[in-house]
Order: sequence, then C-alpha cells, then structure tokens
Amino acid sequence: MTHLFAEFAAPEAVVTAIERLRDRRALRDLDAYTPYPVHEIEHALAIGRSRIPFISFAAAMLAAAAAYLLQWWMNAYDYPLNVGGRPPHMPPAFVPVTFEMGVLGAAFAAFVCVLWRAGMPRLWRPAFEVDGFESASVDHFWLTVHTEPGDHADLDTVRDELVAAGALRVVEHG
Amino acid sequence: MTQALVLGRPTDAELTAQLAGTTWHRGGRGWTAAFIAAGLGTLVLFSAIAYTVAVGIGVWGNNIPVAWAFGIINFVWWIGIGHAGTFISAILLLLEQGWRTSINRFAEGMTLFAVIQAGMFPLLHLGRPWFAYWLFPYPSTMSVWPQMKSALPWDAAAITTYFTVSLLFWYLGLLPDLAAVRDSAATRLRRRIYAVFALGWHGSARAWAHWRVAYLLLAGISTPLVLSVHSIVSSDFAITLLPGWHSTIFPPFFVAGAIYSGFAMVLILVIPTRRVFGLHNVITDSHLDKMAKMLLVTGWIVTYAYVIELFIAWYSSDPYEIYQYWMARTVGPNAAIFWIMIACNVLVPQVFWWRSMRVNTAVLFVASLLISLGMWAERFVIIVLGLQRDFLVSSWHEYAPTWVDLSIFGGTICFFLFLFMLFLRLVPFIPISEMKEMQREHAREHVPPAEARP
Repeated sequence: MTHLFAEFAAPEAVVTAIERLRDRRALRDLDAYTPYPVHEIEHALAIGRSRIPFISFAAAMLAAAAAYLLQWWMNAYDYPLNVGGRPPHMPPAFVPVTFEMGVLGAAFAAFVCVLWRAGMPRLWRPAFEVDGFESASVDHFWLTVHTEPGDHADLDTVRDELVAAGALRVVEHG
Repeated sequence: MTQALVLGRPTDAELTAQLAGTTWHRGGRGWTAAFIAAGLGTLVLFSAIAYTVAVGIGVWGNNIPVAWAFGIINFVWWIGIGHAGTFISAILLLLEQGWRTSINRFAEGMTLFAVIQAGMFPLLHLGRPWFAYWLFPYPSTMSVWPQMKSALPWDAAAITTYFTVSLLFWYLGLLPDLAAVRDSAATRLRRRIYAVFALGWHGSARAWAHWRVAYLLLAGISTPLVLSVHSIVSSDFAITLLPGWHSTIFPPFFVAGAIYSGFAMVLILVIPTRRVFGLHNVITDSHLDKMAKMLLVTGWIVTYAYVIELFIAWYSSDPYEIYQYWMARTVGPNAAIFWIMIACNVLVPQVFWWRSMRVNTAVLFVASLLISLGMWAERFVIIVLGLQRDFLVSSWHEYAPTWVDLSIFGGTICFFLFLFMLFLRLVPFIPISEMKEMQREHAREHVPPAEARP
C-alpha cells in the first residue's frame, strides 16, 4: 500500500485537488490533514456530520438512570433511614445527583469517542515519517491519496493532478 | 463587531511561533521571584493543612453557633471563581462570541486550579479527611449508605463532575495545540514530552469533524453544568431553616456572583500575563473592554439580589428575617465586612460605565482585586453573619478566624498562582488552532478576495 502525500499552502488548494481527483478516486482513499478544522475540505470529502451526539446522549441517559436507581436502592430499599419523617423515596432530592451523573456520562462518552474515531492514543503513525509533515499542525495543509502499489501510470497522473491543483511538493511514502 | 480581536495580520506560522513560544520561554527576574514566592506560600498551605489534620479542626476559629466559617467561605469563593472560566469557554462559544477565543483556555485553566483549591476545604472541614471516601457510595462493612437527601453528597457529585468535565473539555481543546508544540518545539526531548500528551493527534479531516462536534457538545453540556454547580452549592444554604440562608433567590444569586468574581479573577490574571508575554496583539483592549462590561452586568445582578433580599426580609414580617438582614448585618459584630461587600460589589463596578476606565489596565486591575475581595466578603456575610445571630440570644457568639484559617486561605491563593504559573509555562495557553481558524474566517468576511492572503 502506497500513499502520496501532497503539501499545500492554503486550504482552498486542497479543495481544488480533491475536486480534481474526485472522478478517478473513491473519496475514502483521500484524507486531508490540517492545522484547524476546515469546513470546505470536510464538505469536499463528503464527511458527514459526526454521530457522537447520539452516543453521548445514550451514555447520559444510561448514567442518569443508573444514578437514580442507585440512590433509590441505597436510601429507599436497602437501608431506609427515617430522617425527620421524610419519605425514604424522595424524587426531588435525587434530582441533583441524577443530573450530574448524566452530564458526566455524556462528557466521558464524547471525549472517548473522539479518541476512538481518531485512532488515538497512538503516538506514532506512518504519516509522521513523511519529511516536513510537522507543518500539518502549524500552517500547511496535506492531502494523502491511497494508491495501489506497482501502478506507476496511475501514480503519475495523480501526482500531476496534485501539482496542477497547487501542491508545493508531492512525496511518495509507503 | 468593529474592534479588532487580533492586531496586525500574523501568518499562521507566526501565530504558532508566538503562541507556542510561551512554553519553555524564560521569564525575567520578576517572574522567578513571583514563582518562588508562590512556591513558599504553597509550603505554608500544606504545613497548615498538616497541622490541622494532626491536631484537629479545633485549631480553626469556627465553633457553635458559627460551625461554618472559613472552610465554607473559601470553598464557595473558589468554586465561584472557576465559573467564569466555564462561562467564557462554553456559554460564550455557543453564543458565537469571537472575543472569547484568545482567553478561553486561560480561563478554563483558571477554573481547574480554582476547583482544586475549592475541593480541599470541604474535605478538611470534615474533620477527619481520611474518611472522605464515605461520601461516595461503596459497599461498606457497616452496610450503611450516603444519605442522598442531604446536600453534602450533592456537593460531592457536583464538584467532582464539574472538575472532570472541565478537565475533559480543556484537554480536548488542547490536543491540537499540543500537537502543534510537538511539531514545532526546539529540542528532541520537548518533542517527545508533547508527543505523549498530544496522544498522537494528527489533524485529519475526519478527526476534525468529530473533534468539532464533540467540542461543541462539551460546551453544550458544560452550560447547564456550570449553572447547576453553584445552584447546588447554594442549596447547602437554601435548604436549611436559618434566616439569611433559607431563601429561594439563592441559586441565581449565587451563579451571578460566581461569574462576577470569576471575571474579576480572569482580569487579575490576564493583565499581568499579557504584559509579561507581550500578547497585546491577541489579547486586545477590546477583550478587556468586554470583560469589564461583564463585570458591570453581573455586578448589577448581584446588587439587585442584595436589594431584593432586604425587601423580602421586610415584606416577610418575620422578626428573625428582619433582624438578620436589617440589624445583624448592618450593625452587628463583623458588620464592617458587610460594608466592605457593599462598597466593593456595588460601588466599584460603576466606574465601568466609562469606556476609558474599561480599557485602563491599572483601573481594571485594582477594581478586579476589590471585586474579588467584595465577593469573598459576600460569602463571609452570608455564612458568618448569618450564624453569629441564631434564634436564641443565649447562643449568640462572635466569630474570629485563627492564624491557621488565615494561613490556609492565603496558602490556597499562593498554590493557585503556583499552578497557574506552571500552566503558563508548560502548555500553549492561547488556543492556537482556534486563533488560526478565527483569523481565516475573519479574513474571508472582511477582505475582498483579491486582497486575501494566498
């Protein structure tokens, strides 16, 4: 498996390159690396809206339900204590902890999902071996194209398209 | 928005160099002196804590009827300071206030360190802090559980959740910038260190898509969270029957006061930092102006609450309420603190009606110090002045703090500054990727395409 890494100075050039390659490449073979989120690139790569909110919502509901159930079980079922004649099962008093645990569940789920979807934590990845790739977090924009090994004709056309779109340089990396 | 939030037009590389350059940047002699002073203060804090734990909380000034004093005043004060950080990073993000960008990580760091200070007080106030884990439900051999109808377990849940969510939100925002430091640091060792903390962030378009949504999501859930935390803290008071505490206005009143004191603390920290690191181009007068306006607004909300409290006390016709608000606070023992509160919280922010005052750093700095003092005084008034005058005259008692109380309180201020100074040195405290994104959006909105940078 070979990747072509193309370095660009501006996000608009990456969008142009994606549009030029769109006909000859499946979009999943392309990926862009940028120092900050760029909507146009996500749009050009047809990346849909993240589904993290749904997972996060489910986690929130689950954590809140568990928190309520635990409070009920502790104070109303397992060891009911009569404090000042208040009922053992007292829903208003259980609201704060239920809410807080729901928030905690949602936040954890969102954070863990980002790491999971981004393949993190993973301190090294092949892209980091590419010379000058550090600029992807500073001020340059990189586009990677997945190519089949041995298909030199294809490799050359893709390279030409990238340069025509304004790539500063194109690096082949395995 | 007409005033510039970034002065000049630095390139992305220049911005990265400037904002990531604050890490490992050598400070001057003044910095070193301040850092050593804060470190020594931290030692005082831990010595005083060790003394308290070894001897018992009898070394504190609180005693019946004033069972809550410095321990709870400082807890509420520090938690409140933290709230402005979340307000800036979450609520202002959802409201699309561009000016929050350059100060949000800074303010969020302030939140984390303030909550650390706050969390120590209730633990020490337990008297036997080594049993603090009793607050959490665990299957103990005594087969008894925490009483969830008490406000104390609510507090434990609220504070731990608040700290954890703030930390996750802060760290998620920090990941791309840690990667930027990793990729631009001068030495191999620093690259390695930041590589570990960046967790291998690579900035692929798919990762950004998830990051952006999760960041907004965390902002969205931090918003009700920050409102809930101080509401729960205020419930510690509001669900009791004590005159001066038993009041339905407490949750919104506490939240407004929290944001008020927090903005004051942000200004106290931002003004010297901006000067030390020469960040006048990214933390502009426009930022100071907007924060001063926030002080004015929240100052008026707090003032309104003071007036309503006095009115409701009179309107209730309850002799204990009337005595508490109209006599105990204004002329009772420690009444000077009440008048300090009124002077600092009501009168001081009125200078911000004038724009020249809102951008004058000397005025802002002094006013912020006074407002922080005023908000501390407010918690003193609520807690101590409320407890000094019980229902029975025979149990009336005047409160005075001991040297241990004062050492612990002063020590937390030093510990807070110590952590904050470490933070300024070790991580990029102005969000680099967000600043670049904001600059790009701003350039596209305000500059015709022909003039735009390539």
